[in-house]
Amino acid sequence: MRKGKLWSLALIMLLVLSTALAACGDDGKKEGASNSGDSGKSGGKEKTLVFGRGGDSTSLDPSRVTEGETFKVTVNLFETLVNFGEEDTTIHPGLAKEWETSDDGLTYTFHLQEGVKFHDGSDFNADAVVANFARWAGGDAEMFPYYSSMFGGFNGDEEAVIESVTAEDENTVVFKLKRAQAPFLKNLAMSMFAISSPEAFAKGDDDYERNPVGTGPFKFVEWKPNDSITIEKNEDYWQEGLPKLDKVVFRSIPDNAARLNALTIGEIDLADGINPSDGEKIENDSNLQLFERPSMNVGYLGLTVTRPPFDKKEVRQAMNYAIDKQTIIDSFFEGRAEMAKNPMPSSISGYNDDIEEYEYNPEKAKELLKEAGLPDGFEMELWAMPVPRPYMPDGTKVAEVIQKNLADVGIKAKIVSYEWATYLDKASKGEADAFMLGWTGDNGDADNFLYVLLDEDNIGSNNYTYFKNEETHKLFLEAQTEVDEDKRNELYEKAQEILHDEAPWVPLAHSTPLLGGAADLTGFVPHPTGSDLLSNVDFK
Amino acid sequence: MLSYIGKRLFQLIPVLLGMTFVVFMMIRAIPGNPAQVILGQQATPEAVAALNAKLGLDQPWFIQFFSYLKGIFTGNLGESMRTRLPVADEIWPYLAATLELALFAMIVAVIIGINAGIISAWFQNSWFDYTAMILALVGVSMPIFWLGLLGQWAFAIELQWLPTTGREQVRDPVNAITHLYLIDAMLNGRFDQIWVVFKHLILPGLALATIPMAIIARMTRSSMLEVMRSDYIRTARAKGQKMFWVVYKHALKNAIIPVLTIVGLQMGMLLGGAILTETIFAWPGIGRYIYDAINYRDYPVIQSGILVVAFFFVMINLVVDLLYGVIDPRIKYD
Repeated sequence: MRKGKLWSLALIMLLVLSTALAACGDDGKKEGASNSGDSGKSGGKEKTLVFGRGGDSTSLDPSRVTEGETFKVTVNLFETLVNFGEEDTTIHPGLAKEWETSDDGLTYTFHLQEGVKFHDGSDFNADAVVANFARWAGGDAEMFPYYSSMFGGFNGDEEAVIESVTAEDENTVVFKLKRAQAPFLKNLAMSMFAISSPEAFAKGDDDYERNPVGTGPFKFVEWKPNDSITIEKNEDYWQEGLPKLDKVVFRSIPDNAARLNALTIGEIDLADGINPSDGEKIENDSNLQLFERPSMNVGYLGLTVTRPPFDKKEVRQAMNYAIDKQTIIDSFFEGRAEMAKNPMPSSISGYNDDIEEYEYNPEKAKELLKEAGLPDGFEMELWAMPVPRPYMPDGTKVAEVIQKNLADVGIKAKIVSYEWATYLDKASKGEADAFMLGWTGDNGDADNFLYVLLDEDNIGSNNYTYFKNEETHKLFLEAQTEVDEDKRNELYEKAQEILHDEAPWVPLAHSTPLLGGAADLTGFVPHPTGSDLLSNVDFK
Repeated sequence: MLSYIGKRLFQLIPVLLGMTFVVFMMIRAIPGNPAQVILGQQATPEAVAALNAKLGLDQPWFIQFFSYLKGIFTGNLGESMRTRLPVADEIWPYLAATLELALFAMIVAVIIGINAGIISAWFQNSWFDYTAMILALVGVSMPIFWLGLLGQWAFAIELQWLPTTGREQVRDPVNAITHLYLIDAMLNGRFDQIWVVFKHLILPGLALATIPMAIIARMTRSSMLEVMRSDYIRTARAKGQKMFWVVYKHALKNAIIPVLTIVGLQMGMLLGGAILTETIFAWPGIGRYIYDAINYRDYPVIQSGILVVAFFFVMINLVVDLLYGVIDPRIKYD
């Protein structure tokens, strides 16, 4: 009797459950079918691209932040006076169709595109450019953090590079500099110096962060924080036939595996932050395609030169000989990285390819340790990155390989890790013996790697190793104002020789970050800066 | 009754104050500096110092604490250092997203958990009992991120019944009014969207429901077993009343009180502790909002976010306490 009742109860529950699930499934398929129609892949209807990424933007006013997720969106809303190349950081016309540079490198004259309008209908012209630069120069580091780091400072600052920006006529702007700045054009091409509608930002800086108005191929529509940002086609875009998409939705999907799942079933059409270990899976899926972002980064092991025994050059060199980079690249980057021997990737002009890298040679490392008076090795802390970054997909595992390599030459390394902001904070105070870190370049200039990461001026901010060298310091400062490209490259090549010998880092890898996309996606070219212009993207 | 509520509400003040103080001290004890995070890695020490001064972070801690408190009492939850928006303005969409998910998860957990517990107690030591209790044990010990990814693989990728992530179909977004999307879809008269939004709730809702469901089932079972042995149940059965009514009417009423306590506590946990679920399913909820704020050292958001969650937590438990009296007339509040 009791048993019979239990059975019938179980049967009823099963029935209810299966009905519910069946209803679910039925509709699911229907929606799946209508999805592909909606995305416009079959043509006719609206073409919407859904771009899945790891995080949300902080702001939609690119000049006010330093964080890459913002630029991924704004590069499609705004334009700069000059542009980077499609897949490199060479300089091409943008809102300025041509320009002249004076021989002393102190005066730049830009001739602007005519007939360009902002999304709010106001005119883009020389006055608009002047107004944008006046806005930035009149700010402070909290308002416009990148402006001071790229152009030396604000109005009245001794170090400021730009002396004046004036409108010569409706379509001509003249920049006068206090001193020559070699990467000046590259700086102008950076997303944060995109030109906004002066009428729009005049309504208030804070309000403008959520109501951006540019001249770009897409217009801002809606922002659902931590969820999605929607932009739509700018019908009056000045470049004929562009953009090809009607709408782009940037979705934040923080988990890499979940993002790949969403891509696999077509919920999103493009996904960044693909784990190197998933690359092959995408290549083998006929519905998907894999994109490799050209490398503009470096992952390294920094050695804090103020902390013994890393104050000895021999010890630092021994670390370089002791670590087996090839194994690290094969195992954790799945081979999708270039082995690093300099602090910057080979695509950047000024790269010194004549440098002979420290090969993996534990014997040599032991010899050097003996020379340094440490024949029995020593104990140290090895800081492992707690978060995955394109230049270091799995910090802890890479640290374990390094730990083993060091143990082979008699160095006992204890792996430690902290939450990310704490990690950076402590490392910048010089509290780490050896720490893993990396850098993604902003503008593809050697200065943006070598000076920023290894000059004494940047101790306490980006020079985490506290490395200090008079010669390289002189070379970096000279290169900053040297306008002759060949002479400038020579200076950087020289500096790399010194850095190689002094060995404040063990450079590890220059990775090529991976993206996955739907197979019918065309015209997508990943940009090394990490901000991708989507005006040429289309569905087959 | 009213005076009881008044007393309880009054007691909230020291609780929330104490919590605010603890959170305030904790986030300042961890290394890392908001100004440095805002200005980025390239910032000069001078710029960091200037921003610290602007944000008032160079003041002694007690001055900072009291100026924050003063703000709260005037209804000002502070301004996010990162987005430069008042926390009170930007917090609702996140809170609404989490409320919708947590309510759905709790309804599922209560319906399945209580019934599983009742049937297990009713048919004690039967195969159903064993299966349900083993599942409950697995449920409480299952890591949510694993369960979530497994659910995505099974129901989204293999079966294609449900979406993987998010709250809505982004190609046809919900026009947000209240930010509770089920309600918004209704308000917009988009009945097709209700179903779409509901489907987005299922996977994260089930993942989130697993642990409370298991706890509720186990609690209900043990509470029911105790009640089923009491005299009045024997009397009811002796009268020849149908077993179903004995269990669901007479026994459940007495057994439900401890279960209710657990439901209240678990609901509070779901509000603040859904970070993993929100991450796996890209749910723009308050857990992730606070978690991101911790990474950015966005002090006002951390403090006010936790304050809001704590407020809901204690309010839910107050409601639960009041429900005791509704269910059991012997419990009176003076």
